[in-house]
Amino acid sequence: MKHLLSINDLGKEDALELLNLAIEMQNVNSRDVKKLPALNGRTVANLFFEDSTRTRISFELAAKRLSADVINFTAKGSSVSKGESLKDTVQTLEAMGVEALIVRHNHSGAVNTIANADWSKASVINAGDGTHEHPTQALLDALTIRQRLLGKDHLGDLTGLAVLIVGDILHSRVARSNMLLLRKLGARVAICGPATLIPEGIEGLSDQVFYNLDEALQHGFDAVMMLRIQAERMNSAFMPNGAEYASGWGLGDSRFSKLGTKTLILHPGPMNRGLEISSSAADSEQSAILDQVTNGVAVRMAVLYKLLAQEQSNVR
Amino acid sequence: MSDNLMIFRGATLSNGDVIDIAVEGNSIIQVGTNLILEGTDIDCSGLIALQGFVDLHTHLREPGFEQSETILTGSRAAAMGGFTAVHAMANTSPVADNAAVVEQVHALGESAGYVYVQPIGAVTKNLEGSALADLLKMNQSRAQVTVFSDDGKCVSDSLIMRRALEYVKAFGGVIAQHAQDPHLTIDAQMNESPVAFELGLAGWPSVAEEAIIARDVLLTEHVGSRLHICHVSTAGSVEIIRWAKARGINVTAEVTPHHLLLTEELVRDYNPVFKVNPPLRSDSDVLALRAAVADGTIDIIATDHAPHTADSKDCEWGQAAFGMIGLETAFSVAQTTLIETGMIDWVRLEQLLSTNPANISGLERHGKAIQAGHAANITFINSKRQAVVTGTTQSKSTNNPYIGMELFGEIVHTLYEGVLTVKHGQIQELKNA
Repeated sequence: MKHLLSINDLGKEDALELLNLAIEMQNVNSRDVKKLPALNGRTVANLFFEDSTRTRISFELAAKRLSADVINFTAKGSSVSKGESLKDTVQTLEAMGVEALIVRHNHSGAVNTIANADWSKASVINAGDGTHEHPTQALLDALTIRQRLLGKDHLGDLTGLAVLIVGDILHSRVARSNMLLLRKLGARVAICGPATLIPEGIEGLSDQVFYNLDEALQHGFDAVMMLRIQAERMNSAFMPNGAEYASGWGLGDSRFSKLGTKTLILHPGPMNRGLEISSSAADSEQSAILDQVTNGVAVRMAVLYKLLAQEQSNVR
Repeated sequence: MSDNLMIFRGATLSNGDVIDIAVEGNSIIQVGTNLILEGTDIDCSGLIALQGFVDLHTHLREPGFEQSETILTGSRAAAMGGFTAVHAMANTSPVADNAAVVEQVHALGESAGYVYVQPIGAVTKNLEGSALADLLKMNQSRAQVTVFSDDGKCVSDSLIMRRALEYVKAFGGVIAQHAQDPHLTIDAQMNESPVAFELGLAGWPSVAEEAIIARDVLLTEHVGSRLHICHVSTAGSVEIIRWAKARGINVTAEVTPHHLLLTEELVRDYNPVFKVNPPLRSDSDVLALRAAVADGTIDIIATDHAPHTADSKDCEWGQAAFGMIGLETAFSVAQTTLIETGMIDWVRLEQLLSTNPANISGLERHGKAIQAGHAANITFINSKRQAVVTGTTQSKSTNNPYIGMELFGEIVHTLYEGVLTVKHGQIQELKNA
C-alpha cells in the first residue's frame, strides 16, 4: 500500500492492522518521551488547500513523534491563492524531496489525481477531499468505538455493534469513510438526517435510513455520531434554519436525557454547540469526543509508519 | 476522358449492392457495375461506401479558443473521421450571434477545404439567455444559418425559448436545445447516482435534462415550430421524445458516440478525460439510448467534439473542463455499439450519420444517395478492422476518452466534393489550401 486515499484501499485485515498498530502508538504517546525514531530523516508535507487546524496539527504531531521533518503548506498566503495549479504545487514539493504528501483539498478526488498523475513519487495520504472521504477520521473513530465499547484489549473487529450517524450525510466525507470502514469491520451502520441531506444511492452503503431521529434512537444504538452542520447549508434550501435543524436532528438536552447512559457519543469536531449537539451531551461521561482527538494522533502515526517505514522500506 | 476522373471500383453500398462509382469534378457522374470508363481506378473491393458523414454538433473553437482547436485542425480531424460536413457550434469568442461571425467561420471553413463548415448561430445574444440573437440576419448571411443553439448553456427561460421557437418559423429554422436545468445542476460534476455519492461529486440528476425536454416539446407543439434536442443522455429523455413524436410534435434528437459506449463507472479514478456535459450516465441509460437509435426515436449521431487544452484536463476533477474530442472515433464507436451488437444495419447507420443530420440542417449537397448527379461526398470504410485506439489525432487537442479501447471499423478514404481529403487512412495535404 503506497497511498491512503479511501477506505476502499484497505482490506479488513489492513484496517485491523492499522488499528492495532495505533494501540502501540498510544503506548508511545503515554510515555514521558513521546518519540520514535522510525521516520528520522524523512520529510512529510502537510499540503492543505482548505482550512483545518485540528487535522493539520494532528498529522503534524504524528509525524514529529515519528521523528520526521514536517513542512506545512497552506493555500492561504501561498502561491495557490495567486492561481498556481495543483500540478505545479505538487511538482514544487516533489523537487524539494518530500516522501509523503498529506493532502486536504476542497475538490473530491484531488488526492486521487495527485496519486495517479506522474507529478510526484511521494505517498499520498488523504486528510479530507471535498465531500469524498476522510479515511484517518474513520480509523480514529473505529479505534475509539472499539476501545470504549469493547475494551482496550479487544483486537478484533466490531461485529455486533450498531452505530447511528446523524446529520449532513450528503456532504460529509466523515460519514462516507465511516460507513465504509465500520461496515467493513462488521458493525451495523444506520444514518439519519433530513431527506435533503440523504443522497440517492445510500442504500448500498448503509444498513438503515431514518428521517426521524426520535424514531431512530428508539432502536438503541451502541454509538451515535453527530456530524457538524455547515452554515452554508441553510442558504441552499437544504433546511430552513438552524433552530429547525436542532429541533429535528440535534442531540439536545431532552433527547440526550432519553438516550441512556451506555450509548457512546461521538463528534468529529469542531462542534456547533446548541445546533447539532448540546453541551450536556458533548461534555458527558459517555461522550468520546476528546478520545477521538487523542486517538487521532495515534492513528495518524500508525498510517505514516505503515506507509513510510514499512512499505517504502520494502521497496528500497 | 478527364484527368480528374476517378473510379472507385467494387465498393459495397449500405444496401449491399457492389458497384463502381465514377466521380468527376465535384460530382458523381456514373454509378454501376463494371463501368467502362478511363480514369484513375481506386480499388475499393471489401470497402463499404456511405454518404459522407455530417456532424450536427462540433466545437471548432475558432474564433477565440485557437489554443484548443482551429477551423483547419478541426476540419482535418473531421475528414479523418469520414465527415464531409460539420456544424460549428456558436460558443466561440466572440459568440456566433451575428452575421459577421458566422460568415467568418463559414469563410475559414471554405479556405481550409477539408469539409463543409456550416456555422450554427446562437439563440440568444452572447449566450446569455435573455435576448434573441440576430437570427434572421444570420439566416440571410452567406453562411445561411438554419440551426440555432446556445449549446454549452441551456435556453432555460421558458419565454425566451418560446419566442425563439416562434421566430425561426419565418425562415424554417430549428432550435437545437442543450437541455439542462441550470438550478438543478449547480456545481454538478457527474451523473447523480450511487457512484456520485461514493465519489463525493455533486450529482447531475436525469430530471434536469428531462424536465427541459418535456417543457420544450410542449412549447414546440404549442407554437407549431421545430425543435432539435442535443446530446440526449438519459432513458427518461428517450421516453419523453418517443411520446412527443407519437403525438406528432416536430422534434428530432441526437445522441453522442460517448453516451452510446461510456458509463459513469469510468469516473471512479477521477480522470478528467471522462468529464463531459451532459455527464456519462448509467448502463441502463446507455442501453436505452442504443434502443432509441434502433427504433428511430433518436434521429442522428452527433459528436459534440469538444477539444480542450492539455492543461485544462491535467488537474483535479473539479477544476477540469467539460468535454471530449470525438470526430475521428465517432464512426468506430457507432459501428461497435450498434452494428456489431446487431441493433441496426448499414442503411440505418447511413441515415444516422449522414441523411438525417443533413436534412435537419437543410444541407443540399450532403446526405444524398450515392448516385449519378449528386455531389461527390462519400466515405469509404473498412468495417472488418478491429484496432486499439491510440492518441494520434489531427485535432489540436488530445482529450480522447477511447485511448486503449478496442473498436471496430476504420475510415479508409474520405471524398469531399470530389477531392480525396483522406486516402488510405492518411490525411491529404490539399494543393489549393
